[in-house]
Amino acid sequence: MKFAISDVMTITKRQLLQLARVPEVLVFSTIQPVMFVLLFRFVFGGSIASNQPGGYVQLLMPGIFVQTVAFTLASTAIGLAEDMKKGLIDRFRSLPISRGAVIIGRTFGDALLNILVLVVMALAGFAVGWRPTSGILQTSLAFLFLFVFGYALSWIGILVGLSVKEARTVQSVGFLVTFPLTFLSNAFAPTTGMPRALQYFAEWNPVSTMVAACRQLFGLKNQFGATANSWPSQHPLETSLLYMVVLMVIFIPLSIRKYKNFSS
Amino acid sequence: MKSVIAENLVKTYRKGQVIALNDLSLDVEEGTVLGVLGPNGAGKTTTVRILTTLLKPDSGHATVSGIDVIKNPDKVRELIGLSGQYAAVDETLTGWDNLVMFGRLYHLGRQPSIDRANELLERFDLTEAARRPIKTYSGGMRRRLDLAASLIVKPKILFLDEPTTGLDPRGRQDMWAVIQELVKGGVTLLLTTQYLEEADQLADEIAVIDRGTVIARGTSDALKKQVGGERLEITVENADVAKAQEIVARISGNATHLDLRTISAPVSTGSVALMDALRALDEAKIHPLDIGLKRPSLDDVFLSLTGHVAEETVQEPIKKKRGGKK
Repeated sequence: MKFAISDVMTITKRQLLQLARVPEVLVFSTIQPVMFVLLFRFVFGGSIASNQPGGYVQLLMPGIFVQTVAFTLASTAIGLAEDMKKGLIDRFRSLPISRGAVIIGRTFGDALLNILVLVVMALAGFAVGWRPTSGILQTSLAFLFLFVFGYALSWIGILVGLSVKEARTVQSVGFLVTFPLTFLSNAFAPTTGMPRALQYFAEWNPVSTMVAACRQLFGLKNQFGATANSWPSQHPLETSLLYMVVLMVIFIPLSIRKYKNFSS
Repeated sequence: MKSVIAENLVKTYRKGQVIALNDLSLDVEEGTVLGVLGPNGAGKTTTVRILTTLLKPDSGHATVSGIDVIKNPDKVRELIGLSGQYAAVDETLTGWDNLVMFGRLYHLGRQPSIDRANELLERFDLTEAARRPIKTYSGGMRRRLDLAASLIVKPKILFLDEPTTGLDPRGRQDMWAVIQELVKGGVTLLLTTQYLEEADQLADEIAVIDRGTVIARGTSDALKKQVGGERLEITVENADVAKAQEIVARISGNATHLDLRTISAPVSTGSVALMDALRALDEAKIHPLDIGLKRPSLDDVFLSLTGHVAEETVQEPIKKKRGGKK
């Protein structure tokens, strides 16, 4: 077990090397969120009345941050499914490396990529008028939340990737799950315009609580959850934290067990 | 001493509906090469996956170097090298990246990993391609790199699952040369293949498997004797069939087999028989449409051992009723 850390680092390094060898991946994984920032800011920004000092972009950026880290679920799953299909996971499993190193290393790699993507997005947001007003500490805490949320989701991605063997299926499943989750939320538009049933769903949706938590941490007033007045909508920070812990407590052991017992 | 022992391995899928291994037993003597010969779906890959700790059998017992693969998989992994049917390397990385990464995963340390990578790239004639992504490699190069990755810690026992399937003849020849080189170095090798010729070239002993169990074992010569060795095969115009059949019968000294206009018979003298036949045909003013020596193929082995041709059997048991056993 003394090699456990070096095994994980080797696997993580492999992912960084992939980015270095195929820089297009890096370019496209940052272009997409930046494109979202620009589209929403300039296409919808003009027509969505937000009454928000500083404009719609203040509400928008937390939404796009959360949406972007939510896609970690799919990208982790796709990466893992591809490795499995190519037999690389079999090769790793035939090596005398510590159990779990392969998947832990992958979640680290995806987490590092997330840091980079978040930085690029923050810069893009800043360029189009996004200004957090809460000070450096709270703003940093918001990014920590985003980072950990993405990390927790990538463990779901591990389980999905190990369960669904075809990368393209994973892609479809990933989008099928993440799209409704990110749009049935307060990320881009207030939930008050939705049908009532959806409003309830949206208030409990972890994406919403994350977005509300980030908004709060960036210095906006929490206006979320007018319908249900539910606990999550009034305590987005606590709820988000709870969601993250619960996700990791459930999915880390589940994924590691699945990996160890994996057979095809 | 036996380096690899598999005893009564059983593996089924889909709750017993698909039988991959049906009481399979085999063993490999230390320092020798066992060729596991069989058609697609016979259970070759399943056997390799169990012996290399990737898969647990439903029942049965297997050891590698005396260590139980089910109870002590980590120990086994330290001793073996595995190169699978598909080149299991990271295609976006370069050959060098891959080998260094695997070296690190074998816990070699940084510099030793780099040294070993360079050494293996040189040995497998990949130095020029070392800094290119694997994606740009030819099939043969990929397989060589994959093999190199399985040799990083100089394993004493090597498992190669269909190392040449899908390669062109040139790539196959290169791969054979590389494997023969390894065998000279004293490695114990279990190799699976669909090609009798390959088993013939590389293996000391051959185990023929069909439908998840070993149906014959022996040296290549012994198996061939069972199959009947080489056959002389001549195709002629309809008018010449009778005469040609006479010639083939005389040269081979065995009964001939006629299939439309193609006459064949087992021969023991190889190319001499071929030349005799050509001479005799020429004298009789018969122009053969086709003439040649046919080496026994996997199909011939199967035909003689089982009475049926080598077929893909993996799908077949699915049709059977639940719990149906062969």
